[in-house]
This record gives sequence, C-alpha cells and structure tokens, in this order.
Amino acid sequence: MNLSQTHSYGPALGGAVSLFPAVKLLAVLIAVAIAALVAFPLVSLARLAAIGDADLWPHLSAYVLPVALLQTTLLLLGVAAITSVAGVSTAWLVSTYQFPGRNILVWMLPMPLAIPTYIAAYVYVDILDAAGPLQTALRALFGWRTGAEYWFPPIRSLGGAVFVIGFVLYPYVYFAARAMFQMQSAGLTDAARTLGARPWQLVRDISLPLARPALAVGVALALLETLNDIGASEYLGVQTLTLSVFTTWLNRGSLGGAAQISLAMLALAAGLIALERYGRRRQGHQSDGQDSRMASRVVLSGGWGRLATLTCLVPVTFGFLVPAGFLLREAILRGLVAGFDHDLLRHTATTFVLAVCASLVVVLLGIAAALPLRLVPRPFVLACLAVATMGYAVPGTVLALGLLSPLVAVDEAINWLSMRAGGAQVGLVLAGSSVALIVAYTVRFLSISIGFVQAGLTRVSTDFDDVARLLGAGPLTLVRSVHLPLLRPALWGAALLVFVDCLKELPMTLLLRPLNVETLSTYIYQFATRGSFEEGALAALLIVAVGILPIVWLVRQAETVPATSEVPTVFQ
Amino acid sequence: MPSTFNAVARFAIVAIVAIVAPGDALAQSNEVNVYTYRESKLIQPLFEAFSKDTGIKVNVISASSGLEQRISTEGANSPADVLLTVDIGRLEDAVKAGISQPIVLPALDKVVPAQYRDPEGHWYAISMRARVIYASKDRVTQTAITYDELADPKWKGKICIRSGQHIYNNALFAAYIAKHGEAKAEQWLRGLKANLAQKPSGGDRETARDVAAGKCDLGIGNTYYWALMMDKETDRKPWAEATKVILPTFADGGTHVNVSGVVLAKHAPNKANAMKLIEWLAGEKAQHMHADLNYEYPVRSGIATNPTIAGYGTLKPDTLALSKIADSKKAAAALVDKVGFDN
Repeated sequence: MNLSQTHSYGPALGGAVSLFPAVKLLAVLIAVAIAALVAFPLVSLARLAAIGDADLWPHLSAYVLPVALLQTTLLLLGVAAITSVAGVSTAWLVSTYQFPGRNILVWMLPMPLAIPTYIAAYVYVDILDAAGPLQTALRALFGWRTGAEYWFPPIRSLGGAVFVIGFVLYPYVYFAARAMFQMQSAGLTDAARTLGARPWQLVRDISLPLARPALAVGVALALLETLNDIGASEYLGVQTLTLSVFTTWLNRGSLGGAAQISLAMLALAAGLIALERYGRRRQGHQSDGQDSRMASRVVLSGGWGRLATLTCLVPVTFGFLVPAGFLLREAILRGLVAGFDHDLLRHTATTFVLAVCASLVVVLLGIAAALPLRLVPRPFVLACLAVATMGYAVPGTVLALGLLSPLVAVDEAINWLSMRAGGAQVGLVLAGSSVALIVAYTVRFLSISIGFVQAGLTRVSTDFDDVARLLGAGPLTLVRSVHLPLLRPALWGAALLVFVDCLKELPMTLLLRPLNVETLSTYIYQFATRGSFEEGALAALLIVAVGILPIVWLVRQAETVPATSEVPTVFQ
Repeated sequence: MPSTFNAVARFAIVAIVAIVAPGDALAQSNEVNVYTYRESKLIQPLFEAFSKDTGIKVNVISASSGLEQRISTEGANSPADVLLTVDIGRLEDAVKAGISQPIVLPALDKVVPAQYRDPEGHWYAISMRARVIYASKDRVTQTAITYDELADPKWKGKICIRSGQHIYNNALFAAYIAKHGEAKAEQWLRGLKANLAQKPSGGDRETARDVAAGKCDLGIGNTYYWALMMDKETDRKPWAEATKVILPTFADGGTHVNVSGVVLAKHAPNKANAMKLIEWLAGEKAQHMHADLNYEYPVRSGIATNPTIAGYGTLKPDTLALSKIADSKKAAAALVDKVGFDN
C-alpha cells in the first residue's frame, strides 16, 4: 500500500478496476437505500424543526443554551480525559507487561461496557451522597451533624457525571488502544529497547504515536455515548444539551424547538464522527508492517509490578466492581434472588432476541453500506455512507419520535394494499410490533458496524481485489470469497458491540415498544422513576451477565491473537 | 461459514415469527389497550383487579415521554384506547394534541367533583397528590408553613428540591404564577433558589434522604413518597422517621395538588371496554386501592384517605382551576430558566 492511496476516500479507491455497470448500479442503489433508511427519521425531525416557533430562540439563547453548551463541553472534555488516560494506560500495561494479576485484569478491564451509565449514576449517588455509608461514617467519626459542617465532593454535580460516565465508558478506548498496541510490530519496540530506550521513551516515541488513531476512534465513540446520555446527567443534575432538548419539548412546550436543538447537536456529533474518521485514516500507514508478531511482554515485579496492578485496578473497580458489587448486594438483601420475579425470564428472553436480531441486521446493513464505496469510489457514495452513520448522533427519544411517522406511513400503505386486495385492515404491522424496535436499533447503531467494516476493509489490500479479478472472479465472488472471510473478525466485533449496546438501550425502547413488551432496561426504568432503582438490581445484573458473554468472547480473541494482522481489526 | 449461516438463518426465522406476531398489534374483542405515564408496577394491581372483575384483559405500554406524539402519529390505526397520565399539564396537552374524545359517563360526574374533570369530559382525574414539605424533626420546630415562606432568607442554605423543570415542580410554580402573577413569582423563585442547600437534582426520595442526612432542613416532595417510605420500605424508614410532613399553603389557605387522570383516545378501537375501565378506575374499589396501595388522595367523594396520609393533617386543596395551572406551565418553565434555578 502506498501513501498516495491514503487520501480522503480511504485506500480502497485505488482498487476500482473494471466492474460490470449493472453491479456498480446495484451497489450505488444499495448505498442510497441504506442512507435513506437513516435519512427518513432525520427528515421528519427536520420537518418538526421547520414548524418550530422562532420566538423561543431569544429565550433559549439567553438562558438555556449558554449553560447547556458549557456544561456539555466540560462533560465531554472530562469524559475524554478519563477515558483516554484510563483506556490507554491500561491497554498499554496489559499489552506490554506481565505483572501480578495481569491475567485476571485482562478479563476485567472491558467489563464496564456491560454497565448502563444511568445505573452507575444511581449506584454512586447511593454510596457517595450525604446519606450514603461513606459520609454517614465520616459524620459519626467526627461528630458532624449537618452538611454545613464539612465539605465532601458532591457526586450530584458535573464532576460526578464525568467520574461516573468516564469510568463506565473507558473500555471503548481500551479496546481500540489494545488492538493497536498488540499490532505494534515487535520489531519497533525490540529495536528501541536494544538501543537502550527507557519504558517511558517507548511510550512517548513509539506506543503513543501509534496508538493515536485508536485513541481518536475510542474517544469519539465514548463521547457520542456521552452526548446521548440522558439518565445519568439528569439524575446528577447536569444541564446538558440533550437534557435541554427534553425540557424544551416537554416543559417549554415546543417540540419544534427541541428538534431544532437536536439538529444543531448533529453538528457537534458530526465533528466527533469526523474525528473518528481522521483517526481511522491514519491507521492505513502502519497496518502494513511485515513483522506483526506480538511483542513479547516484559515482566514487571516488585514496586513497578504493584503500581501496574494498581493502575489497572482503579478503572476496573470504579467502572465495574463497585457498581456490580452494589447491585449484587442489593439483589440479595432485598430478596430479589430468593423471591425471583418470573417475568424477568420473559424480559431477559425478549431483550436477548431483540438484541441478537438487531445485531444481525446492523452487521448485514453495515457490510451492504460500506462495500459500495469499495466497488464504486465516488463522492456521492461516500456521502451516502456519511448519512448512514448519523443515527448515532441523535438523542434516542428524538430519533424514536422521528421514526414514528415513516413507520406509520409504511403501515398505512400496507393497510391500503391489504384493503385493495380485498383483505381486512391489518393495523400497525411495523409501528405496532417489535419491528419498530429493530429498525430503531439499526438506525442508531449502524455507524458502529459501518465503522468496523470500513476499518476492516482498509486492512484488506486492494491488491487482493486486483488479483481476484485477474483470476476471473466477478464482483460478487470477490465480496463473498475475499472480503467477507477477511472481514469476519471485524464483523463479529461489530455484532458484539451492537449487541451490548442494544441490551442497554433505554429511551427508544421505552417509546417504541409494542403493548405488553418489556426489556430488562424498561423493567429497571419503572423502578428508577419511582426512586427505587435498587428493586431493579437483579434485572441490571442480568443485563451485565448477558452483556459479559460477548465481552468474554472479544477478550479471548484478543488473548489468542494469531500472527496475522487481521484479527485485531475487531477492536477498531 | 455454512454452519454459522444455517444457525443464523434458523434463528432469523424464529425471531421474525416472534417479532411480527400480530397478537398485540391488533385490537381484540375483550381487551383494552392502555398507554401510560404511570409506572406499570404501580398500576398493575389495579389492572389485575379490573380484569378479575370484568374479564377484560389490559394491555400496557408505559413510557416517560412522547406517548401523545405516538398516539397522534399512529393516527386512525392506533391501538391506544386509554392514556393514563400524571400531571394536569399533560392531560391538557393530550386534549390540545387532538388525540382525545369526550368521555360520556353521567354517573361519573356525580362522584367526581367538577374541579377534577374537564368541563367537556376530555379528561377525568382518578387520584390526587399534594406537593408538601418534608421537614427535619430535629431542626425544624415550625408546624405550619406557607409556600411564600420558602423564599424567606431565614431558610438560607436549608432547602432541598429536585429539578425545577420536573413536572411536579413545574405545576407548583405554574400554580404560583396563576395565583400571584409572573413578577411576584419570579421574586419568589429567586428567593427559593437562594435558599437551596445544593443544586436541584435527584428525586423526591433523595430529597427526604438529604434532609435525614442533615444536608438540609426542608425538602419539597409529594405526599405519597413519605408514606411509602414510612410504611412499605424498611430500608428507607429512617428517612421518613427523621422528618415530618407539613402541608404548606398558599396565601389564601389552599395546598397545591396535582392529579393523575385518564383520557379516552380519539380512535379507541375498544371504546366500550375503555369506558368500563375508566368508570372502574373512579369506582369505590379502585379508589380504595389508590388510597391504600399507592397512598394517593382519592378523587371520589366519600372514600377515606389512608391513615398514614391522613396523619399529615386535613388537606385543604387549592381551589384554583387545574386548567389555569396547565395554562401557566410554559411560563413556569421559562421562569425556571430565567432565574437559573437548576444551574
């Protein structure tokens, strides 16, 4: 791969050799269709925004948006700082060194991914708030009576939100960075070590520059999640933009104004997506190393070893052990295990089936969306692809509202057809069934799978395409026999990440689910709104348990990385 | 990957059958479909009792926002029969969104006071709650308090409250505006803001917890939370025990109440069953359940409140028309922004 191929359309552009026009057309049509799927809710959002009242804006810009913009920016900066420091340092340690507990920590470090952020927020308020065990003990110890007599860092604050969200979302960075560190050709670090480089020099001059693209990708994902969060920030009293979308809609009585704010937020999100793309583009340069065997891990013992253990233990403790331990304790103390609510089995099955279906659809569409650009490298196709990734950038409830009208429109067409054919009204086949949820998950999480597939494709040299064609393979054979097998790890990675995200998804599920359908998230939510989320502790643990399975799979893949450069693409 | 492919295909077929299974999407003869903002765990016992009494199955969707939009977008094909909601503002919003139809039940007008139903029958309240004070037993000697007094500097740094944009507070502030005008309301809200011990956050239970923990002396919360903590939740009982409930009053002597209520959906496919449900919810049995299971004030005249709730003292509900509160809802939200209440 040479540098000239690594321009803005990705290295795939160089590979566009003669293709059947019909196949090209088909590829473009598919790209357009997928973009349209995501564009429909955005268009209905834009329609809402168009009818929004303009007289609200002076009020919003005077009193609401400055605060929201500042708090959102600080929140994003804080989360970026925690996720990058925690994600990169731990990934570097477990990839480069062998230290006490490393083999266990390597399993634990990704676990926070299975903890929904709002659950973590509830847990930390319970523990750290004025009435929590910590402050109660402090008061007893020092004889304080009221909160005015001492200072304790308030968990219900911007800082608290940064702490909670940062330590739950750092695995996005960890995954990306770990893949990078693992792929570092051993030659580089070995050579540097032989030349007498100190560990910190290895980090500064080799590891960090190489990890920067991964860092950008992971941080961008974590920040998009943060931008969309509503549960945690609302509970912790942070006035984010997403919260202002809700208050504008529900309190200021302006759905139009709310739609306008969300559209403006798309710009912010687009910036984050651009950051991710920038990061991924840079990857092309160093994926070509011939020597991609894993660098051997240096054994750390004594004080350094303990320091390494501690460094990894901190994020695992805050992001996973404390929340999961608290949930476990509540589930047992409240008799939720003994008095098992049998509905939970049904809800777990529903959640699981929905998440699996959505992951399948998302991955298939991710392939279908990303491949056309490889076959037909034109700006128009690239634009379609960009549209297809925008679903991640809209707050869930707003996206769900935007999805309702297109779904109902299709349903009305189906009813009309059914009547014309002499049949009966069939009702809301899509909007009234779980299809609505699958569509919603798809629109939302498509950008994850597109990202994975694209990252995977940059590793499949276009030389393969050329060779395959020289050997007489048609475009479909090329995709089926060359691209898909090589993309397999990336596809699994995407599927599993989407799966975990679907398990945790709340706002869209809440609004779009059919009658009598509950997922684990909505089950917990009904306790949370009444201020007793602890009664949903077992359901939260079930989300964690189901979510851990694919994470374990991911870790196993990473730990048994073979000497080819393909597997780590899973984590990009 | 042929084996993977087969497994995937098999799963897909089963899943598609399970997902598009139309049972829930279609109106069935002996069912009623309820869209609710009230948490399903809270109302499930009522629905179960209704099904037992009438043989009508109740299907439920519960959500926290957007149900009016969902019903309105679903249009003529909407399976919704009844919208169940808390807050007068939301009831009026549903009517304004054009998703309701008049509930014609003359028998109901005899038992539900005019204050708690729409003049044209577009909504009926089915229960009430008051917005009151949880005061520290140790640190607060006063036994009566007015809403006005919450802005008195003597409480500086001593009051806890959840977000000013939460519907419970939104309705309270709207009522204040409706009674005293925006200028006075702004002054009052600034005074209240200046008295807060911490940034508004959390929920009403956290407010009680903060008072119990000494973070503040007065908390503002709904009547039923305190009773639930006292009677039903052993781990939270200490928070209730550390506090006493004071029913605050406006200058003219009334306490702010808000309602939960029902709306009959415009295109209700099971209208007859929906009417039965609405009538049943305002009936004696359901009203007793509202009072004793959920600790709310019954709207039906002649039903006793739960003893724990009655222990707060005699509630004298504010007589301001609820629709006036709904009308001031936007102004209240704007005022909260203006004084930076949540910042």
